[in-house]
Amino acid sequence: MKHASMNKKVILEAKGLTKTYGHVTALNKADIKLYKGEILAIIGDNGAGKSTLIKALSGALVPDSGVIFLDGKKVHFKNPSQARARGIETVYQDLAVAPALNIADNLFLGREILRPNFLGKIFRLRHTAAMLHQAKQHMEELKIGIQSMRQEVSTLSGGQRQAVAVCRSAAFARHLIIMDEPTAALGVKESSLVLELIRKIKSRGLSIIVISHNMPQVFAIADRIHIQRLGQREAVINPKHYSMSDAVAIMTGSKKAHTQAA
Amino acid sequence: MSVLRSFLTKPTVGPFVALVLASVFFSTQSDRFLTASNFSFILQQVMVVGTLAIGQTLIILTKGIDLSCGLIMAFASIVMTKLAVDTGLHPLLATLIGIGAGGMFGFINGFLVTKLRLPPFIVTLGTLNIAFALTRIYSTTAVVDLPYLQIALGNTFSIGKTNITYGVLVMLALYLLVWYVLAATPTGRHIYAIGDNPESARLLGIRSNRLLLAIYTVAGLIYGLAALLLVARLNVGDPQAGQTANLDSITAVVLGGTSLFGGRGHILGTLLGALIVGIFRNGLQLMGVSAIYQVLVTGLLVIIAVSVDQLSREKN
Repeated sequence: MKHASMNKKVILEAKGLTKTYGHVTALNKADIKLYKGEILAIIGDNGAGKSTLIKALSGALVPDSGVIFLDGKKVHFKNPSQARARGIETVYQDLAVAPALNIADNLFLGREILRPNFLGKIFRLRHTAAMLHQAKQHMEELKIGIQSMRQEVSTLSGGQRQAVAVCRSAAFARHLIIMDEPTAALGVKESSLVLELIRKIKSRGLSIIVISHNMPQVFAIADRIHIQRLGQREAVINPKHYSMSDAVAIMTGSKKAHTQAA
Repeated sequence: MSVLRSFLTKPTVGPFVALVLASVFFSTQSDRFLTASNFSFILQQVMVVGTLAIGQTLIILTKGIDLSCGLIMAFASIVMTKLAVDTGLHPLLATLIGIGAGGMFGFINGFLVTKLRLPPFIVTLGTLNIAFALTRIYSTTAVVDLPYLQIALGNTFSIGKTNITYGVLVMLALYLLVWYVLAATPTGRHIYAIGDNPESARLLGIRSNRLLLAIYTVAGLIYGLAALLLVARLNVGDPQAGQTANLDSITAVVLGGTSLFGGRGHILGTLLGALIVGIFRNGLQLMGVSAIYQVLVTGLLVIIAVSVDQLSREKN
């Protein structure tokens, strides 16, 4: 069986990632592969190492061993800033924004635009107008219906906050966006807003890794599903060829995958 | 425009209204209250605590608290005066070493908070006692006959008939500087972000620990500067000084509308908060109310301010 992704370019690949905390092995020689322009969902039981895996990819933790290749080049991230500098953005479940700051400040947090002249170079004066303008453009591009970029994020709904976080990563990601349970804290309507955003970002050619517990959502948006079990990659399946109950059975170890959507 | 707007936004409105109301009240109670010379006197009275409160604001914005600031200031003031008078160091060098001693204490606070992940409350409670003890170990008596350089900022100049203390200008300049950093630079945004949620800020790409360490160190240097203002006002290096200044500085910050829960607040609110405390003390004094009631009122003001903060958070 031929899979469409076979012709595609590998954007990210990690091999043999291992991370232990004392006697607990969170990752046990885990592998992962991501193609350009695809949505890869990661599912797995609690403790399967999903979060540890994406933290290793996003620089939030440093694995004990293993290698990561981004766009064919070996990379080694010591912190999230280094991963961001290489074009990997991450959206976290509930830590995605700074509520006391406004939308524009959130979008540009950590990479503020300074005034181009001496005011920026010497006095470090932020270019507020430019950031407000660009923030509006980014938000409109993803059709997030929020008018004022001066609005404080604490006044937004959960879905809108997550939309800001997703927009922030979409604005700066050059290669891929990693999302850890982006809809876990959201209602049905707000979840569909975020899923719609994820599709829009994919259509721009970016790759996306998304962790989710929500099987219907996973099967609705994923091109391939990476099943993590006991700190390793158990299987990669094509959602078109497997049912949700199959996926859960593989996840819990009661069934083996018969084909791999490698 | 946005700079002007940030000046006028919500957090400073409450304290400003309180300030105006208090002024109106006290001007009905005493003829002497609403005079330029009395306001200049109030400013001189709040000069030291107002300066301490700048460092305190920076730390509270990061969800921390600094109980040690008053005694760090006392230590710095004894170091700078004793080195100049007893050791005979050049006054400028002695003053710089004193300010540096404040910075060193700030650095220790910051190091313990970031590297050992200890709660700021406990760390600064510890350094409070250490600074207190070191001050007494170094000197049990007041240092007198200070060099001119160390008392120069206590001098005044006149505009019309009003005397203005140079040290007040130093305090106001420091407020403006910190206001600029908070309102207009990336570092300012990062300080608010780490106060909101330090882990989130780290994941968003801010080097939270490095920034926190810098904030505590800068706060220590500001306490060192406050020590110079203190010495200039008192004309002596007093090892007993600063013992109520810890809580006074926190009072100013809280009255100024900065949230004890971090991430929210305004440096110019702190200036208003310090002025509110000064105005209440001064007004009650002019009314002939005894000093102990001034303390009582200050305590009530703090509790009211914290309640307002808490209630507004619950509404959100």
